[in-house]
Amino acid sequence: MSPDGTASRIAWRLATVIDVVMETPRTRTLVLDVPGWPGHRAGQHVDVRLTAEDGYQAERSYSIASPPEDTRLCLTVEELKDGEVSPYLSEVLHAGDTLELRGPIGGYFVWDIPAGGPLLLVGGGSGIVPLMAMLRHRNAALATSVARHQLPARLLYSSRSWDEVIYRDELARLAENDPSLEVTHTLTREQPDGWSGFRRRIDRAMLEQVAWPPSKQPRVFVCGPTPLVESVASTLVELGHQPALVKTERFGPTGGAV
Amino acid sequence: MNSSSSESHEPVVAGERLAGARRVDGNAAAGILSEVFVRDLTAARAKCARCGVTRTIGTLIVYAHGMGMIVRCPGCDGVILRLARTPTHVWLDSTGATSIVISRDAS
Repeated sequence: MSPDGTASRIAWRLATVIDVVMETPRTRTLVLDVPGWPGHRAGQHVDVRLTAEDGYQAERSYSIASPPEDTRLCLTVEELKDGEVSPYLSEVLHAGDTLELRGPIGGYFVWDIPAGGPLLLVGGGSGIVPLMAMLRHRNAALATSVARHQLPARLLYSSRSWDEVIYRDELARLAENDPSLEVTHTLTREQPDGWSGFRRRIDRAMLEQVAWPPSKQPRVFVCGPTPLVESVASTLVELGHQPALVKTERFGPTGGAV
Repeated sequence: MNSSSSESHEPVVAGERLAGARRVDGNAAAGILSEVFVRDLTAARAKCARCGVTRTIGTLIVYAHGMGMIVRCPGCDGVILRLARTPTHVWLDSTGATSIVISRDAS
């Protein structure tokens, strides 16, 4: 039995913060040591629980950013303005602090190598987090360029501005070293000088240009604010992709326009 | 007696009030569902008792609040599951789901 009186199959564990990495002005990655962590699949998440002094508990679900191959667990947390939990996670926590979490959780929005490809990932804002776990997993599990070539991946990632692109340098590095990974950015609000890429929200024309055709039967994962997810998923189905191959994860209140 | 205390006395963490329920999706309900069901439920399929459409639970709309979650149909907005947690119990109302089909292969 856990302290809250419920016998749960997935136990609450005490994680220790090893490091806090600033990703963008509004996002931080918590690098965690979780004793007894049973391992996870790319795309799964954890529930994080905070307990106030008066016993009040707040619980939130966060996607895991690290691949299964990583011994440390990484969560990338975006600070939501009116958030109850995220400001604490992104601003207050430091190396050495502990927090309660349980997981891994979820069996729907997950991808691993045996699930095959090609892999089409569409993300908005911090919706990149579970998609990054998939890209990191693909990179770690497929050691040779031949193996990667057999399981190509494309990421279409919408951010408000260049400064808000999470994992920007790592994405560039991954794509540079891997001809079978294509990373496409769209910047919806503000673009750096000389920007020649997309500068609008993801729409039908963009998906037609970037996505694999339905005949290739890509495994599609869409994660971001609800409006983005709903519009991208329904457009992909209109374009002929099988609904069962288009998996979605929405987060946040209604989110910003990314 | 009518009481409005359920909304106005939400305790705080990190100095902020919880502004109503958060709208997420069925993936975020996996944790509390794991306290009730042995297998992962996000990949399971539920049939909405209101409109009769069957969908994967991960794709349903979830309104999360301090004590639990309301899981709604994205098509007709019907309530499919209600989950709440007290210090001693987990409470589940599944009258909004005509059926729930869980893969025996799911981990």
